[in-house]
Amino acid sequence: MPDRALTGLKVVEFGNLVSAPYCGKMMADLGAEVLKVEEPGRGDEARRREPFAKDTPGMETSGLFAYCNTNKKSITLNVKTRRGRAIFLDLVKEADILVENNPPRLMEQWALTYDILSKVNPMLIMASVTPFGQSGPYRDYKAYELNTYQGSGYGYISTATYKEPVLPPIKGGGRQSEFGAGQAAAVASMTALFARDLIGEGQHVDLSIYELMAGQNESAIEHWTYAENEMGGVTNPLVQPICPLPCKDGYVFLMCVEDHQYDKFVEVMGHPEWVDNELFKNRFVRAEYIDALLPLLSEWSEQHTMEEVFSMAQAAHVPVGPAYNAKEVVESAHLNARNYFVEIDHPVIGRTKYPGAPYILSVTPWKIENPAPLLGQHNEEIYCGRLGYSKLDLVKMTQAGVI
Amino acid sequence: MGKLALEGITVADFGNAWAGPHFGRTLADMGARVIKVESLRRMDVIRALPPWPTDTVPTLNNSGYYNWLNRNKLGVTIDLTTAKGSALCKELLKICDVLVENYSRGVMERFGLDYESVREVNPQIIYVALTALGESGPYRNYVMYGRPQVYMSGLAYVTGYPDEAPHPINISWGDPVGAHHAAFATLSALYYRKKTGKGQHIELSQWEGMIGISPENILDYTLNQRIRKREGNRDPFMAPHNTYRCAGGDLKWVTIAVASDEEWEALRKAMGDPEWTSDPKFADGLGRWQNQETLDGHLEQWTSRFTQYEVTQMLQAVGVAAFPTLSNRGLVEDPHLNARGFFEQWDHPEVGKRTYDGLLWKMSKTPGKIRQRAPLVGEHNNHVFGELLGMPQDEIDRLVEEKVIF
Repeated sequence: MPDRALTGLKVVEFGNLVSAPYCGKMMADLGAEVLKVEEPGRGDEARRREPFAKDTPGMETSGLFAYCNTNKKSITLNVKTRRGRAIFLDLVKEADILVENNPPRLMEQWALTYDILSKVNPMLIMASVTPFGQSGPYRDYKAYELNTYQGSGYGYISTATYKEPVLPPIKGGGRQSEFGAGQAAAVASMTALFARDLIGEGQHVDLSIYELMAGQNESAIEHWTYAENEMGGVTNPLVQPICPLPCKDGYVFLMCVEDHQYDKFVEVMGHPEWVDNELFKNRFVRAEYIDALLPLLSEWSEQHTMEEVFSMAQAAHVPVGPAYNAKEVVESAHLNARNYFVEIDHPVIGRTKYPGAPYILSVTPWKIENPAPLLGQHNEEIYCGRLGYSKLDLVKMTQAGVI
Repeated sequence: MGKLALEGITVADFGNAWAGPHFGRTLADMGARVIKVESLRRMDVIRALPPWPTDTVPTLNNSGYYNWLNRNKLGVTIDLTTAKGSALCKELLKICDVLVENYSRGVMERFGLDYESVREVNPQIIYVALTALGESGPYRNYVMYGRPQVYMSGLAYVTGYPDEAPHPINISWGDPVGAHHAAFATLSALYYRKKTGKGQHIELSQWEGMIGISPENILDYTLNQRIRKREGNRDPFMAPHNTYRCAGGDLKWVTIAVASDEEWEALRKAMGDPEWTSDPKFADGLGRWQNQETLDGHLEQWTSRFTQYEVTQMLQAVGVAAFPTLSNRGLVEDPHLNARGFFEQWDHPEVGKRTYDGLLWKMSKTPGKIRQRAPLVGEHNNHVFGELLGMPQDEIDRLVEEKVIF
């Protein structure tokens, strides 16, 4: 059995939905022990988010939850009770990393701030992921994915168009900023783990989803501070064609950044007469006359399927990619040749395909050893097995609302 | 000066464009010594990309994109197409803990710098191949950029308005996603190496990384055979949940998202309880969701009277999620980001003092730091080859003349 990279690393995860749980998943999938602390009776909010298996909501049927919580252990715990909070401190005492995404004022209310927890365990690394961070005028603002995604610059740049009308800003599908934050929290936590060896103690990682996304916007900030280019509304792209093209059965995205790529695409199209027009002679002039170019390119692409355009263009080394839908992604010959999707057996959902490893490590591979846990599945293992409670204690604590 | 978390780790950054260099920057910001290997024979493509300072001619060193992405790095030039260049590079790799590359497949082999070759000179190295589509599979030699990749991940298909084409997101989103996946895998491999002494090879496909952060789209198909479509700004259950026009200009919007009856009541109150809100069809979540087109129309009539910030302040005061849809300029001027010290200024010999977005997260005891600006072409050749590798100056000069250090 190959080694796991993060064997021995102990993580406590205390949060909901995606921005903390995806961090926990990344660690669990490389072998860390991740104890997921969930509210008794309710559990992680993600349990109530679609897609549900067979469109049937239930505590254990959310596909989003099942994906984000592979390999973890679930315990139920009410930190608002005296004993519940004391148990939380016991868990934190033994942990290397605590990842959480609760509003800062709630962590203050529950007396579970870094100041307090670091006294319990000075070696603790606490990663807090929130929309606006632990400080600043918006610290206590409420925000959902729509707000953090659009607020941090991606909404405005989505309005860029070379001609009227300007459509209102559009949110990226799914939860891009929340998953992005989960990734960053995992990187930041590992960074703090290395720091711990140097300074002999843990620390607090403060990750603001809004700030993170603003800083990942492909130098959009510098487009303002260097060139006063606000990058939204009617804008004239520098070069073309960089655009979607309609096909018989969908769309492809063509990206000819350099002239030689467009020249090759011209050959793929069979060198139609119109290409010799002065208006299309180089990538800058083509940008000026994209209004004339686009219908001509579309006339060709509409005669072909996405796969035809994809394979013909790529055979000529032209950068193009089809707008796959979910079915086409799952059925992709390339992804299946790489065994990218993983089948996981879940006690309630059954056997299903999920997205697989984001990376292939040659010595310490990514692996799904267990499906996402049922709510409180590991109460006995942790409370009795590690903290010394008896089964009868658990019965009483459940009725008292502690677990 | 305080400690930097990743000090003591040395990275050879062969990255081009965004993904590889973003990986390098992530580690550099946290204190790693990152050496960016370029060549005048074929420069990193983003040295030739905008933004350039207004009214200047592009040079190899004045791209804002390059300068944003390659801060905190040392820059050397080595012509890897020459045998001597490849050999010089291997000397460099002997002192490196990590190597990252995001070339098309086959390029590192041609340079004599594939994993097997590099492992011979440094068995403990963590070798990171940050590819677009993976090292195997029928498409592995395809030419792929970030934006078409967004299309292939399924994300574009579910982004945009129902009657419009799939929307491209407008950045190469797969790049920072791939870079952060790679950084995590690398730090995990280094963690393992500390205990065992073993290096390893890490392969990433940026395409697969992006699919992995759009799981709902995939799972609705594998669980329910449903192909999700474009829904604009709509949410599966929240309403109102959209972008609304504000006063103060044509391109001023605010996003508002309401997840509960409680938040709805707060929103009503903040608006002064206008009559339309007492329509029974808006009384509960399901009703609001089913009638959100009408609801949005009413709500936009209200937001249009105020600026983005006014709407935000009024609604946040009563616990409703509202936030301005800021442009890059809006972000630079945003009071919160400035209060948090997110923006930093540094000087550069060609573009002067400019403002840049800074560190992506804050750490209480070993904060990351912008220690130096992005390197000019070959700026640290003497330091890296002379001081780090101990090469005598006349040898360096000879290699410069021979266009090996080039």
